[in-house]
Amino acid sequence: MIKYLKMDASKCVGCMSCVSACSRAYAKEDNPAKARIQALGLGSGRFQLIACDQECRKCVAECPVQAIGVNKQGVVMIDKSLCVGCLACVAVCPIGAMRYYPAEPTPFKCVACGVCAKACPAGALEIAEKEDSPASRFPFDAIAAVRGEENRGGQA
Amino acid sequence: MSRAFDMKDFKLLAETRFEKREIHRGYAMRTMHVDVGARTMREKPVSEEMKAKFTGGKGFGLRLLWDATEPTTKWDDPENEIVVAMGPVCGNTNYPGSGKSLVVSLSPMTGVPIDSNVGGYFGPYLKFGGWDALEIQGKADAETIVFIDNVEGAVRFYESPAGLQEDTHLLADELTRAFAGGGASADPAELQAISVISAGRGADHSPMGVLNFSLYDRRRDGIRVKQAGRGGIGTVLRDKRIRAVVVRYKGVGQNSNDAADPAAVQRLGLKLHREIVQNDDKQCKMRKQGTAHLMEVMNDYDLLPTKNHKYGQDPRGPELASWVWEKLFSQNLPDGCWFGCTMACAHAVDRFELRTGPYKGQKVCVDGPEYETAAGVGSNLYVYEPEGILELNFYCDTYGIDTISFGTMTGFLMECWELGVLNAERTDGIDLAWGNWKGAAQVLHDMADGKRFGVLAGKGVKFLARYFAEEYGADPRLMKDIALHGKGLEQSEYISKESLAQQGGYYLTNKGPQHDEAWLIFMDMVNNKLPTFEAKAEALHYFPMFRTWFGLQGLCKLPWNDIEPADNGKWPESNKVPEHVHNYIALYTAVTGEKLDWDGLIRQSERVYNFQRVFNIRQGHGRREEDYPPYRAMGPVLEDEYLAREERYDKQMREKIGVDPAGKTTAEKLRITREYRQRQYDSLIDAVFKRRGWTPQGTPTPEHLAELGMDLPEVLEVVKKRL
Repeated sequence: MIKYLKMDASKCVGCMSCVSACSRAYAKEDNPAKARIQALGLGSGRFQLIACDQECRKCVAECPVQAIGVNKQGVVMIDKSLCVGCLACVAVCPIGAMRYYPAEPTPFKCVACGVCAKACPAGALEIAEKEDSPASRFPFDAIAAVRGEENRGGQA
Repeated sequence: MSRAFDMKDFKLLAETRFEKREIHRGYAMRTMHVDVGARTMREKPVSEEMKAKFTGGKGFGLRLLWDATEPTTKWDDPENEIVVAMGPVCGNTNYPGSGKSLVVSLSPMTGVPIDSNVGGYFGPYLKFGGWDALEIQGKADAETIVFIDNVEGAVRFYESPAGLQEDTHLLADELTRAFAGGGASADPAELQAISVISAGRGADHSPMGVLNFSLYDRRRDGIRVKQAGRGGIGTVLRDKRIRAVVVRYKGVGQNSNDAADPAAVQRLGLKLHREIVQNDDKQCKMRKQGTAHLMEVMNDYDLLPTKNHKYGQDPRGPELASWVWEKLFSQNLPDGCWFGCTMACAHAVDRFELRTGPYKGQKVCVDGPEYETAAGVGSNLYVYEPEGILELNFYCDTYGIDTISFGTMTGFLMECWELGVLNAERTDGIDLAWGNWKGAAQVLHDMADGKRFGVLAGKGVKFLARYFAEEYGADPRLMKDIALHGKGLEQSEYISKESLAQQGGYYLTNKGPQHDEAWLIFMDMVNNKLPTFEAKAEALHYFPMFRTWFGLQGLCKLPWNDIEPADNGKWPESNKVPEHVHNYIALYTAVTGEKLDWDGLIRQSERVYNFQRVFNIRQGHGRREEDYPPYRAMGPVLEDEYLAREERYDKQMREKIGVDPAGKTTAEKLRITREYRQRQYDSLIDAVFKRRGWTPQGTPTPEHLAELGMDLPEVLEVVKKRL
């Protein structure tokens, strides 16, 4: 199973409460550039919400030091003690959910904690679960393939 | 594997402690000198002058080697050194291709300094203990392991324990596991903190030995190796009775270089990461195929070495095409040789079952093949079975043998077999017919064992050409024509016959014919952008200088032009990839805090390049006559070689030489073509030497050295003797 932040942009009112809550929780300041969720105005009162879907896992496959793994809830996590700050994960993230802040040593991303969902006044955000998929298994299948092992659902 | 080792069981012979030092703006401002004979380590400061004139990497390596040796020093004298030097940009994790170190030594093949650019974790790990370079001098009286512990701050000399493996794929694995965490830790982070330099049994018996630089691949739970391949530095390592040099470091981070502007390093790196991720599939496919992407292109353009560079094309060429390798390579793993290299071209074939030799039947991980290997031990030997190439690739690596020299050397042997110079009696029963990769593998196994025909073969083509003429009565001129080497180093794997500029790119080099300095075939031959001698000379000035710069910084050149901005083609001088040059200038400034422009970049290289030329002269070489190719690299040697491309050569004779080929015998046409091409090359040398600020004899002039700021007394003393 994969725990993730389910977003319904059609309900978003652009108040930025989620962004503020996230940034305060993780960066100890109210700075949209340091938030793990992004709410971008598209004009005409419409908004785009960006946060990791926890499923595509291109960053897990790309990380040269295996600092990016998946925890028991299926959430993609960065182990800062292993991270070398190369930002390859930022480059391969297809939706811009893996972020970095200039001159800070390691990148950051949504870990599906739900702080933003609690702050959202419009009911646009909730923590949900979904099934594993070929994409989510991909980094582990690749390792199993070179080791000549079956991927027994093991997650690095 | 016989048994697992633990570092704690190794017999400690000597130890020197040191203070670790932080890097500041890319430099430690000190180097490490190790004497394996005396088992001592001492620190040397780096002066501001050394930094200003030699920049780093290869520059530091050559400066240290010059000071350590004499004009009379031979490769196997104790004072010859192996210098591993990194450069200021080396070890950053953001800009792809930043993990290279440069290895410098007096070469057993050429007698002059060789420099070899290599990946793997060793260089950055060495640097981050606070070292700009490592000099290894002296000779041990017994097999020794040198351990540089940049975690604890100590250099230790160990006796190599009985039962330790000698071939790299086992030795590097045993040592990585033994030294992890200071004693056989199984923690992947500790295993990843170790890197090993080793050679192999082949390097014990042949001058074409490589140094393997290891990296621990966490996903495979195994060792990968990258090679400081050219010029026989592995042979120097083994002559010093060094079994391995092990380094340990933990704590690589985004700003381990203490860059002046770490945010700029991030920004530049991320820009290139994104360019690679977006464009690579449409351009060179480095992430899926590595340099093997070139195979079918080279075959299409008659440039893929076939039968000892006799031809550049064969109908069977597509059997070794990139798509064949893409299927064989394990996909979906980040196969970089340093952290943060998203170009990730260091591909491997996993669980490959060996068919010959001491490890027959075992399943192994084969690093590569890269283009040079696939061409050198593939098409050049008329081997079109990928499994044959993988077998030769694997054994070359683990025995510590350069795949390029081995490929070119074996191509020469096979042609000698075809010509009747060699036969089963002379090869100790090995069949060296074209395409027989098992015969080639047997030569390789014999080289590793130091027995039979392998001992003779492994001496390289320069020696063999003379030997076959003297001992077997072969035609000396023919032997000289088809022995593809310059200064004693075997040529790498592109057909240079139809590109005069590429002949210069190979042979107007300081260290011998390799593909590191200039690759001008497409510019010159395919796109005809270098129509005059002056244009060729300008390219043979600019590109060798530009490409030398990678070696001063600790950079890989592949992310320079094996990925390009999508709009690169619309800019003037697009073959220089101007946007990437500007990236590099900005990266240098971001790390070091020092200003640089395009001219200044070239100037940094010119200083070191000219110093290297003078170093060659100091060692009694560096003469014009040493810069000529064997004729096989310039044109058709044999009648059937001419006839296979008769239309092309006849057309050139009419249009370029102004001679009507009608009615002439093939022998006459060969002679006319040859004389013309040799005159062309002579004119090329004149133009290139002039452009480089050298005399017609190839000696840098004192005025030019003064202009570069390289009029050092010891340098002037050497050149004045040649003027």
